[in-house]
Amino acid sequence: MKDAFGIPQSLLVLGGTSEIALATARRLIARRTRTVWLAGRPSPALEQSAAELRALGADVHTVAFDALDPESHEAVLGKVFAEGDIDMVLLAFGVLGDQARDEREPLNAVRVAQTNYTGAVSASLVSAGALQSQGHGSLVVLSSVAGERARRANFIYGSSKAGLDAFSQGLGDALHGTGVHVMVVRPGFVRSKMTTGLAEAPFATTPEAVATAIEVGLRRRSETVWVPGALRLVMSALRHAPRGLFRRLPI
Amino acid sequence: MPADTVSVTGWGRTAPTTARLIRPRTYEEAAAAVRGCGARGGIPRGLGRAYGDAAQNAGGAVLDMTGLDRVHAIDADGGTVLCDSGVSLHRLMEVLLPLGWFVPVTPGTRYVTVGGAIGADIHGKNHHVSGSFSRHVLSLELLTADGEIRTVRRGTPLFDATTGGMGLTGVILTATVQLQPVETSLMSVDTERARDLDDLMARLVATDEHYRYSVAWIDLLARGAATGRAVLTRGDHAPLEALREGTRARREPLAFRPSRLPAAPAFLPEGLLSRRTVGWFNELWYRKAPRARTGELQRLSAFFHPLDGVPHWNRIYGRGGFVQYQFVVGHGQEDALRRIVRRISEHRCPSFLAVLKRFGDADPGWLSFPVPGWTLALDIPAGLPGLAALLDELDEEVATAGGRVYLAKDSRLRPDLLAAMYPRLHDFRALRAELDPRGVFVSDLARRLGL
Repeated sequence: MKDAFGIPQSLLVLGGTSEIALATARRLIARRTRTVWLAGRPSPALEQSAAELRALGADVHTVAFDALDPESHEAVLGKVFAEGDIDMVLLAFGVLGDQARDEREPLNAVRVAQTNYTGAVSASLVSAGALQSQGHGSLVVLSSVAGERARRANFIYGSSKAGLDAFSQGLGDALHGTGVHVMVVRPGFVRSKMTTGLAEAPFATTPEAVATAIEVGLRRRSETVWVPGALRLVMSALRHAPRGLFRRLPI
Repeated sequence: MPADTVSVTGWGRTAPTTARLIRPRTYEEAAAAVRGCGARGGIPRGLGRAYGDAAQNAGGAVLDMTGLDRVHAIDADGGTVLCDSGVSLHRLMEVLLPLGWFVPVTPGTRYVTVGGAIGADIHGKNHHVSGSFSRHVLSLELLTADGEIRTVRRGTPLFDATTGGMGLTGVILTATVQLQPVETSLMSVDTERARDLDDLMARLVATDEHYRYSVAWIDLLARGAATGRAVLTRGDHAPLEALREGTRARREPLAFRPSRLPAAPAFLPEGLLSRRTVGWFNELWYRKAPRARTGELQRLSAFFHPLDGVPHWNRIYGRGGFVQYQFVVGHGQEDALRRIVRRISEHRCPSFLAVLKRFGDADPGWLSFPVPGWTLALDIPAGLPGLAALLDELDEEVATAGGRVYLAKDSRLRPDLLAAMYPRLHDFRALRAELDPRGVFVSDLARRLGL
């Protein structure tokens, strides 16, 4: 069960090697979290993440999960929920893709869309159903400021996050009053292995800062969290910038 | 039987979860609800005054017992009452005061049910004299997980597991309670100020035994030399001769007329209770109290239940809700108490309802909270920065001192400290495993702490 501050005792991470997810898990383990499920494609990195969290004192399990195989989601996640209540599901998987290459190779672009959007839709719905039947829990979805308005530089990734963001907001409204809390997290540029080699954008942040914002959002039962918070205003202005201007902006 | 799916929280309005709310009107309906409560079990709920998640059951059933609200029999000579568990202490006072009887123990609110009073084994300002509520319960009827109704008498393991058992042994249906005789519905109250924590403790140790009721409001925002300054209010039921001849009070000495203000509005902004506003309040409250006054006549409601005058007062904390923290440490652990008070004061917790009291002898309930010593209760907005970590530190201090926190108020304790705080926890778990092997009775509190 979550405590008065919204801190979960059990956590299911979808995308178990995500740096943001691991930073969040570390933070929550330091507080109350005792059971962690890391779901992801079986890999040494996944086991290493599990070992790292285990060293902090948590009871950590890994489970084979592939966002690109939605048919398996019901069975895979069903098994996790059958082991006991999950207080928080952190949907953290996603791929950035390579915009220039993906524009040339549509199948790669489709993969980005399928992972970030279709896979997330399936996993969210399966998780939401399980949370609803246990009558409590938070579904925390890692969206991105890139989804707020698609940019020339990464509109394939951005559009997939836009879809996920809109979906998650709708899901949050659908679940209002069921005891399940859906929180959409919109980080800006996060310095992580996903973004190594990319030019840093303004308002760049870190996985740890995102983790802190998630912890605060859980306590407040927030529905939307921007990291850093100033991006809410920045993106609000950018969203309303005229197309001609937006296109020319160096972002 | 009507059942609604609703979002449920405790009085602190944190950690809402959803459950099917069932409101049985008869014992048969209650038994049917227990038999049919499904895989996620059920938990009885009274008036929802437990601050944390004790009367919530995510995804399962919550049995609203306030539909079982009959007072069955009053022995006006012997001073006992047999009533349903859903009867509130407020209702009992309305019924009993005109007959010259009062509830044996009342907490800071009248709006708790008899079932809740037993389940949380509540205490009041008279704990140092009268013990906790269960000391005055002669017997009770318990609806257990098998759907059967058992009569549970004092001195049995099931009685001791049920008193303080947070509703996890079964649903209390009725109870027979021994009452306290009174001549009037007024209180004779002595008020004095204590300039700091040591002064306060010295006064409580020296003269508590002269009073049936005793409590101290403590200013936890005061710092430096004034740390722990307090206002003591102690008294007893006023005897008839204390009331002046010819007054209305003397003509109707047993009248029960609690006053009520309008309810707090449903939506209040957060941050009304900041360090600054609570600091002002505490300063004013301390200064307005007389240095020493004796024999003041107060209404019962003003002395025991000042907050009941404002329905839904918990809303003043805004949407984020608040956390109640109450612990007890034994006599001889005064240094731990001093450290904790200093720590809270240094953290500048905006708490305006903090009270310190000395407990008397413990009662046998396995998970009953009171043990002889010092108990401090305070309420803090849940959004206060650093609060979670501060309370974790205080838990460590309390556990090291051999003390414990109060489950009826808890919403955030670290589960692994529980066994140290409640040494009979193992017995409690064993009894539940035997009595309720399928785990029919379960609450969010029980899930969170592994009760």
